[in-house]
Amino acid sequence: MRAVIPVLTVIAAIVALWYVAVVPMNIKETLTQLERGGAEVTPPSAQDRRDMGHIALVAKNSFAASATLSQDRPRLPAPHQVASELWDSTVDKKVTSKRNLVYHGWITLSATLLGFAIGTGLGILLAVGIVHSRVMDKSVMPWAIVSQTIPIIALAPMIVVVLYSVGLQGLFPKAVISAYLSFFPVVVGMVKGLRSPDQMQLDLLKTYNANTNQGFWKLRLPASMPYLFASLKIAVAAAMVGAIVGELPVQGGGLGNRMLTGSYYGQTIQIWSALFAAAILAATLVAAISLIQRGTLKRMGLS
Amino acid sequence: MMYLIAAVVIWLGLWALNAKLANGPNSDGRMISLAVPVIFGLTLLILWELAVRGLEVPLVILPPPSLIAQTFASQLPILWADFVQTFIKGALSGYVIGCAAAFITAILVDRYRILKLGLLPVGNFMAALPIVGTAPILVMWFGFDWHSKAAVVVVMVFFPMLVNTVAGLSETTSMQRDLMRTYGSSYMQGLVKLRLPAAMPFIFNGLKISSTLALVGAIVAEFFGSPTLGMGFRISTSVGQLALDMVWAEIVSAALAGSLFYGIIAAIEKRVTFWHPSQR
Repeated sequence: MRAVIPVLTVIAAIVALWYVAVVPMNIKETLTQLERGGAEVTPPSAQDRRDMGHIALVAKNSFAASATLSQDRPRLPAPHQVASELWDSTVDKKVTSKRNLVYHGWITLSATLLGFAIGTGLGILLAVGIVHSRVMDKSVMPWAIVSQTIPIIALAPMIVVVLYSVGLQGLFPKAVISAYLSFFPVVVGMVKGLRSPDQMQLDLLKTYNANTNQGFWKLRLPASMPYLFASLKIAVAAAMVGAIVGELPVQGGGLGNRMLTGSYYGQTIQIWSALFAAAILAATLVAAISLIQRGTLKRMGLS
Repeated sequence: MMYLIAAVVIWLGLWALNAKLANGPNSDGRMISLAVPVIFGLTLLILWELAVRGLEVPLVILPPPSLIAQTFASQLPILWADFVQTFIKGALSGYVIGCAAAFITAILVDRYRILKLGLLPVGNFMAALPIVGTAPILVMWFGFDWHSKAAVVVVMVFFPMLVNTVAGLSETTSMQRDLMRTYGSSYMQGLVKLRLPAAMPFIFNGLKISSTLALVGAIVAEFFGSPTLGMGFRISTSVGQLALDMVWAEIVSAALAGSLFYGIIAAIEKRVTFWHPSQR
């Protein structure tokens, strides 16, 4: 509870800064517009205004400040514009409409979740293999680490286009990218987790005459849970990034597609609201995993 | 068919060789722990080549590695120009600015309690967000050239670096800090002589995570608009022309750049944090 007040202060400071930044960012376009509407603008020629700094223009035309907050296509939309667009495009429009963010969010979310499930499943399987087979550990693990340094996302548009040309479309190509991105955090975390029981505990199981299988189910897997959840949180955020980038080249909708069309047509408010929708979605996913983590670890007596 | 049989035979043979090496005596030796992953990588490449030829996969879906290598060698000037535009100008300058800004912010956050309580949860939250999404906005603000790519990279590396550095700065125990106080050290002395060195493993962790993000950010930002140059531009236009060998050559060069960048940071880390258990 004590943490709420400072956090709110910081958020309030960010919003205030944002409002302050909106005025100089939009001043040029606003002045052009006002001049066309017949208002007196201080350097009257557009030529002079172009060469002046943003802040100097604001100082000379302070009357225009309020108009900068309600531009149609601002360079930087004001917070309330983004908020009202978010409200408008989630609550006021029909859910099935292509202009509804819930519709686009659902497309992104389903690709994220499918990819996350595939990536997590494969990651856990590979981690089990790596822990139990020396050959796999020696040969696969170094490549798993190297592949982390490669900008995999750069492949995303290509994977989508190639899978499209094979006839696969819709959810699956995006899910492949999500799966790829969420795969490695899980592998690395699970290998660490499955190896976390120390020699003493392994020896104890040996004195009980436990076989490898029992050792896995009764010791290694439970011990790896904290590591698994830590990597799941990274993985779900990565899966979301993968889904958004995967949506860039296709016309099927989704938050990433919304951002790209917004940037093509100069609809800045649309980009910002899609961005915030993505942020809210990602935060919800991470929070959901934290919740499951807390519950599971509590039941296991690990937290 | 011959190709496929050859692929299976080679795969089994090399896997058996690897199993023998990994399970054999002195498998922890330097040579063998280097040879095993190299053999595995070679196996994958050979399998890829033979599978593409055997199954007659069309070039527009998956070119064989030999063709990619050929393209890479013949297009070196273009690849180099793209590398300079995207990596040196975009990613590297953004990386330096972003990491430096995050470092300074982290020290301020560590100094003032109110910032730590207020800014850190926000930073933790931001670090998990799909920040790539800011790319279209920043491209709109800073133009199509490398400045906008650097800006995207700054935003992307800032939060992971901030979170890691702050975590590192609180790594010292109260015992160690008390010792510094009994020496009569000032805040600056305590920071420079005790807490920054103790934070180094965390700082380098942040630098390593950021190094991958930097390249990703610069490439993805180019999908939203770029001059007719750069890795992201080349990838998206070559996909459009179905010149997949060029795309793959670009990916090879991105992979080389990314791994090299990571390797350099890891090498510096080894020299700076030689005292840490993970390095000994």
